Amino acid sequence: MFSLEGITTNVQDWLLMKFNPTMALAIECVIVILLSISLFAILGLVLVLMERKVAAHIQIRLGPNRVGPGGMFQTVADTLKLIMKEGLTPDKADKFLFNLAPFVVMMVGMLLLAPIAFAKNFQIWDINIGVLYISSVSSLSVIGILMAGWASNNKYSLLGAMRSGAQIVSYELSAGFAVLTIVVLTGSLQISEIVNAQQNGWWIFKGHIPAVIAFVLYIIAVTAETNRAPFDLAEAESELTAGFHTEYSGMRFALFFLAEYINIFIVCAIGATLFFGGWMPLHIGNWEAFNHIMDYIPSSVWFMGKTFFLIFLIMWFRWTFPRLRVDQLLNLEWKYLLPISLFNLLLVAVIAILGWHF
Amino acid sequence: MFLKEYITDVVTGVTSLLKGMRKTGYYFTHPKEIITEQYPDNRATLLMSDRFKGEVVMPHDANNEHTCTGCTACELACPNGTIKVVTKFETSPEGKKKKAIDTLVYRLELCTMCNLCIVACPSDAIKMAPNFEHSVFDRTKLTKVLNQPGSKIREGIE
Repeated sequence: MFSLEGITTNVQDWLLMKFNPTMALAIECVIVILLSISLFAILGLVLVLMERKVAAHIQIRLGPNRVGPGGMFQTVADTLKLIMKEGLTPDKADKFLFNLAPFVVMMVGMLLLAPIAFAKNFQIWDINIGVLYISSVSSLSVIGILMAGWASNNKYSLLGAMRSGAQIVSYELSAGFAVLTIVVLTGSLQISEIVNAQQNGWWIFKGHIPAVIAFVLYIIAVTAETNRAPFDLAEAESELTAGFHTEYSGMRFALFFLAEYINIFIVCAIGATLFFGGWMPLHIGNWEAFNHIMDYIPSSVWFMGKTFFLIFLIMWFRWTFPRLRVDQLLNLEWKYLLPISLFNLLLVAVIAILGWHF
Repeated sequence: MFLKEYITDVVTGVTSLLKGMRKTGYYFTHPKEIITEQYPDNRATLLMSDRFKGEVVMPHDANNEHTCTGCTACELACPNGTIKVVTKFETSPEGKKKKAIDTLVYRLELCTMCNLCIVACPSDAIKMAPNFEHSVFDRTKLTKVLNQPGSKIREGIE
């Protein structure tokens, strides 16, 4: 069976055979960096195209269909255009922060990639506080956005950035509580252990009612955290032109755009890991034959399939739901999601103590 | 009491959102619903809706007869001087003088397709056609005479 684990072991063995351990580690670091950058580039191209196609089909349109077969190379052409464009820095902008901001936003995405298990035993860094690391690092992205908004020296940018700050700070809470639900059920913060705990069934099935509530809360909260419609108040094309990236053009704009899609991928990957068992195949109780067939599908395919299903769900939200106003946005978090998630955490604690989950 | 309202709020909100998702999900999974017309490719089979307003035309029947009486109601109704009615007096065989149109000049480049002339016309002599491929290299080609040469008013139209 195809496995990414075999490839990584072979590479490491070969490197250790040729070089001393320090050198081998350094080379591995370089390989990991190159792989994650190329993953980002490919994800950006694929997800933007996917978004446009999904949007088109939901709105009874065709979507991009001219560049390449079925519009496959549309995003490649768009990227080429963005690279060619002039990256303009406004006259009165804070040059240093203005140029730094897109890279900060990207950097947060890259850091979040570290603890994600892409396949069986295929993980950059299996840190023992993986979930805590994710929730702490993901809240850093607001710094990049605030930086962009402040440095642009533009009232729309500043308003967008401030809205984004309020939004991310509030929705971090319910996302954190939703993640805690699974931590309570598993009893571990380590990603690999959370995945292993789902060997005999994913948490969304095993944890029944509280897990389903937590999943719904998580999806709502991360949609808000990634600043996507229906919570796209930080960009708000209709009110703030483009919010925090109004003044950005060319490749720096592309980096913000890319960061948005990378963040979607990452939050969906984490959601898939926590609720849908990460790379774990679907196993149903005692159906031995069925379980064996499921085991033949490579673990990386399982992981990507679940992640892209969640990404599709978030895109579906974006093209269905009406946008919220700022006060409605904060109402939703503080009056609905937060009390419900607190109650849900209590419920899941009771269930975990009494052993009512499967 | 408050709690009951709160829960009904959440439930109605979630169900209405799910209703919307069901609709868009239906569209997503049924590509036959797509209404996009791939225009230059399907030029031969292009379907235009009946209410599409592309330009003003004057329908003529098989005997090269129209129903325009030359009342200039369309000219008066037009907000930006698109239509110019040039009238003449025809003498009928009985020796009676009757007003008729010589030419009905229509300047497409000024027209905003507001439909007021069609509404104003008492004898339904003009109507909107769904043709939209109007680009020409010479601006004078946009000034059109709507009545065909040698046409005359149909019998019995006053």
